[in-house]
Amino acid sequence: MNLRVIKALILKYILIWSRTSFRIMDIFFWPVIDLLVWGFVTVYMLKVGNVVPSLITFLIAAIIFWNILYRSQQVVCVSFLDDVWSRNLLNIFASPIRTSEYVTATYIVGLIQSVIVMCLLGVLAYFLYSFNFLILGIGAALLFVNLLLMGWALGLFTTGFILRWGPPAEGLAWALPFLVQPISAVFYPVSVLPAWLQPVAWCVPSTYVFEGLRQYLAQGHLDITYVQMAFLLNVAYMVVCGLVFHFFFEEARKLGYLAKFGS
Amino acid sequence: MTDKVIEVKNLSKAFGERTAVDGLSFDTRRGEILGLLGANGAGKTTSMHMLLGLTTPTSGLIQIFGKAMPAHRVEILQKMNFASAYQFLPYNLRVWENLYIFAEIYGVKNKRKKIDELLGIFELSHLSNHTTGRLSSGEQTRLNLCKALLNDPELLLLDEPTASLDPDIADKVRKALAQLHKETGMTIINTSHNMIDVHELCSRILFMQHGKIIAEGSADEILQKYGSETLEEVFITIARNPVSQKV
Repeated sequence: MNLRVIKALILKYILIWSRTSFRIMDIFFWPVIDLLVWGFVTVYMLKVGNVVPSLITFLIAAIIFWNILYRSQQVVCVSFLDDVWSRNLLNIFASPIRTSEYVTATYIVGLIQSVIVMCLLGVLAYFLYSFNFLILGIGAALLFVNLLLMGWALGLFTTGFILRWGPPAEGLAWALPFLVQPISAVFYPVSVLPAWLQPVAWCVPSTYVFEGLRQYLAQGHLDITYVQMAFLLNVAYMVVCGLVFHFFFEEARKLGYLAKFGS
Repeated sequence: MTDKVIEVKNLSKAFGERTAVDGLSFDTRRGEILGLLGANGAGKTTSMHMLLGLTTPTSGLIQIFGKAMPAHRVEILQKMNFASAYQFLPYNLRVWENLYIFAEIYGVKNKRKKIDELLGIFELSHLSNHTTGRLSSGEQTRLNLCKALLNDPELLLLDEPTASLDPDIADKVRKALAQLHKETGMTIINTSHNMIDVHELCSRILFMQHGKIIAEGSADEILQKYGSETLEEVFITIARNPVSQKV
């Protein structure tokens, strides 16, 4: 991999994101709205009673962590879509850029955005809800890495689908994270799910992250088994999604979709 | 060292039942400007996409600089470039930013100087700090040419380089390309529907129809073969009277 090429692509995506109002809203507006709505909902629930105080802590932490997964997934496929929409895709793939360099650049931009979102929401949560994100310590970093990896994997999977199936599949860029959200135990434990759905939920890395987070906030220590399981599943997801992307990318080349999609 | 920059042998591409390119064979020599002509759907763009490694051939071989495409895609693309009137650079980036990014991708030394030089050649210097999306289509076409010349390519693929340009600018672009070709000796493949482009720029022409080459030679040779006054007449004759044999 050529670092110069990766650096150039990162610069391109950062400039595009920083100059597009919709993209700026993706980082600064929607995650903040998420935090405000869910935060005030939990404050209200506390006021009307029957809610344990730790719930507010958990829901706020869940919102912050969910945005990490969502951001890292979205950046990978929306960066690709930006090249499609600006009709720049052929310029990119007719340049000496390896697919791995292209993907790595989108991963790094995803990482940068996830860190920005996490810091922003962390600061807001502290001032609005007295939730100190830093109490999570090193555990937060382990959970963050796992959500980032899953976001990258899903982003690659989505991009592969969009490459192969074209504009009708573009909606997946926004929809896919919400397809896994109900079984990721983001806002409620896996035990709430129907019995038949629980084994499916345990096949998703983010489920371990959010279950681990819940236990961490309730008991004050992070069970490393959750982190390990999430990581192992993430490795499997990265491999499978990488293969799916490679297969669809080659299919798009064979069927002429890469050239057609970019024209 | 071989003088051939491109060698294409029995290249075919089928999309399902439809054959877009059918057993295409040709080569280009160093410094040559080859015109690829043909009606819409003749297979020119598909051939170009295969030369760029964007589309995988169904069968056949492509060798560029003596290396197989797409197996050595990155190595080959480092020494070539491409401009199309139908491709654009990100609209919300400034003109110089777009060129800087591609200069970085190609590893151009002294980027600023190269960018200024190309913007000057294509009369875009005054737009250097403008947002790309605010350029006219003719200015964007010239910006694409700047991008395509950033790495001093040994091989340049042009897809309708003067489409959307007014006759004055089109003439300037042709002259600039001819001058750059003279100075650098680069090889150019040019697909165009503008017969003036082809006549003025190309040293050899391949006429394509239904994915095959049906006529080949210099502009004068082709005019003589078809007994026509202009390439446009030849184009129309070929388009309206399908030819099965190569002339």
